[in-house]
Amino acid sequence: MTKGKLERRHVAEAFVKGLMYLSIALVAGSLALILLTVLTRGFPALSWEMVSKPPQGGYYMGKGGGVLNAIIGSLYLAAGGTLTALVLGFPIALYLETYLGDSPWGRYVRLSLDVLWGIPSIVYGAFGFTLMLAIGLRASLLAGIIVLALLELPIMVRAMDEVIRRMPVDLEQAALALGSTKLEVAVRVVTRQMLPGIITAILLGFGRGIGDAASVLFTAGYTDRITTSLLRPTASLPLAVFFQLASPFPEVQKRGYASALILTIIVLVISLGSRWISGRLSKYTVK
Amino acid sequence: MEGSQKNETGSFATAEGRADYGPSAAARIRADHNAKGAFSILAVFPVILIAIITIAMILRSWPILGSKPLIETLFGDVWKPQDGRFGFWPFLAGTAWVTAVGLGLAVVPCVLTALYLSEYSNSITRAVAKPVLDLLAAIPPVVYGVWGLLAVVPFVELVLAPFARRWLRAIPVFAVNQPTGFSILAGGIVLAVMVAPFIIAVLYEILDTVPEELRHASLAVGATRWQTIRGVVIPKVLPGMVAGIVLGGSRALGETIAVLMVVGNVVQVPTSVFDAAYPLPALIANNYGDMMSIPLYDAALLGGALVLLVVILVFNAISTLVLQRLLGRRWT
Repeated sequence: MTKGKLERRHVAEAFVKGLMYLSIALVAGSLALILLTVLTRGFPALSWEMVSKPPQGGYYMGKGGGVLNAIIGSLYLAAGGTLTALVLGFPIALYLETYLGDSPWGRYVRLSLDVLWGIPSIVYGAFGFTLMLAIGLRASLLAGIIVLALLELPIMVRAMDEVIRRMPVDLEQAALALGSTKLEVAVRVVTRQMLPGIITAILLGFGRGIGDAASVLFTAGYTDRITTSLLRPTASLPLAVFFQLASPFPEVQKRGYASALILTIIVLVISLGSRWISGRLSKYTVK
Repeated sequence: MEGSQKNETGSFATAEGRADYGPSAAARIRADHNAKGAFSILAVFPVILIAIITIAMILRSWPILGSKPLIETLFGDVWKPQDGRFGFWPFLAGTAWVTAVGLGLAVVPCVLTALYLSEYSNSITRAVAKPVLDLLAAIPPVVYGVWGLLAVVPFVELVLAPFARRWLRAIPVFAVNQPTGFSILAGGIVLAVMVAPFIIAVLYEILDTVPEELRHASLAVGATRWQTIRGVVIPKVLPGMVAGIVLGGSRALGETIAVLMVVGNVVQVPTSVFDAAYPLPALIANNYGDMMSIPLYDAALLGGALVLLVVILVFNAISTLVLQRLLGRRWT
């Protein structure tokens, strides 16, 4: 027996554990570094003018103005995309659970949703552009919303689906045993149980939509004005960051950092908010 | 009226003697039937959408795919749109390099972090880790790009490149051929950090499916935690872990904006991690503005999108199938 002696396996244990701590420090460290970089470089350039005014004349040469056009544009785009995806996706999520369950066809639909989720946004952008050419739509808020809706749909359906799947089976079976049809189970039982999941899905979709640049690059265009019509192009925050960073003027680049900070803050608030809201709402569901 | 009568008498019988349960059973079944029909049409949508996207890309890129042998287009290394020469090889190579470097850097730390979260940490650490991972997955690509521009590119230029120049000169893969930090390595580092939250979350979810009893049995006969991980946990979920990493890789493959901002965008077939590259997504995003003015250019760019799409569809479908099989077991 090697009792008391330092065995090789214990050395391995300590070694691996050390590596794990190192990995966690690496992952957490680089992510903390991102937030820190964006905060320290973006904060000095942040001003009330940045968030309250659209670009004025000569903005891209360092003169006055802000990115209100992009903030509003991004909110429109993400809200429109999320709403469209919800209207399409909510029935799909309900249907998956109540009618399809774990049947082969249900698995097939889930597989295609997962595959759609993995399609990069640049491909959605290219597809959206093809679609626009086919129906004669120009770069506009509407086109951006359509593409974002397609992009967000799989994320939102899968988020709702995950929540429904965690619902106790007894609940559904009790309702069925009392003679409910599947539709009644879906509308009266599952929907109520799903409420926290729906909120999570909405905010998840919204967060993805507001941050995505590659898909709106082709489809929503860009403009210095605050958009007023679905058929006009609109600015968006990610593209505002992107374009301002490409500028040779340091003044404009700094505003790009500030715009990135604004975007990060919006996304972080949404992410934390969704956790908080769904935590509150899940108190009222049967576990 | 009938409703109130029901309440007063405590019976469900109406004046006509017919039971009042709301809509008749036939109406309810009909509603159920109709809803099923409507729902099933909607549910077909995701399946059809994949087909529509693929077909649209094939149709739009047909002029370029049909004009020359596919091999010549894919592996040609001359990219001169003005002369009608579209060789995808520099872009395919660039995409492969950046993705490989990114994934290579991410895999080990991600696996170890996921293993720690699943096998060692207490419930408090786990409760903190989940929201933090969600938060990090929510940071938009363009913000990662800003970080790459401000921190990673200078780091590569001022620290890693001089280091490689001094110590790794003999290895061709680390040869420093250009003065700036805009390189495959910068793109790879940014990608690694971007896909890390995603990969860790997937791996953690997979490790979570291993029944606790198996671990207990192994620990009870005297194995250390690491022996348990090596001998019991990992063999149980190895295919799933590989699938999760492949899924992360296919995320990295299509990442556009963040990579585009740091990778240099030079049309060349890279030979070193310090070379600039031009991945496919960056090509599509950058040249979008003037693609209509040159013949076949838009077909070529959409051909690039098609190549990207096909590769990702294949990777995604296979790894998702593996994951569904593995994770599905928990729900049944």
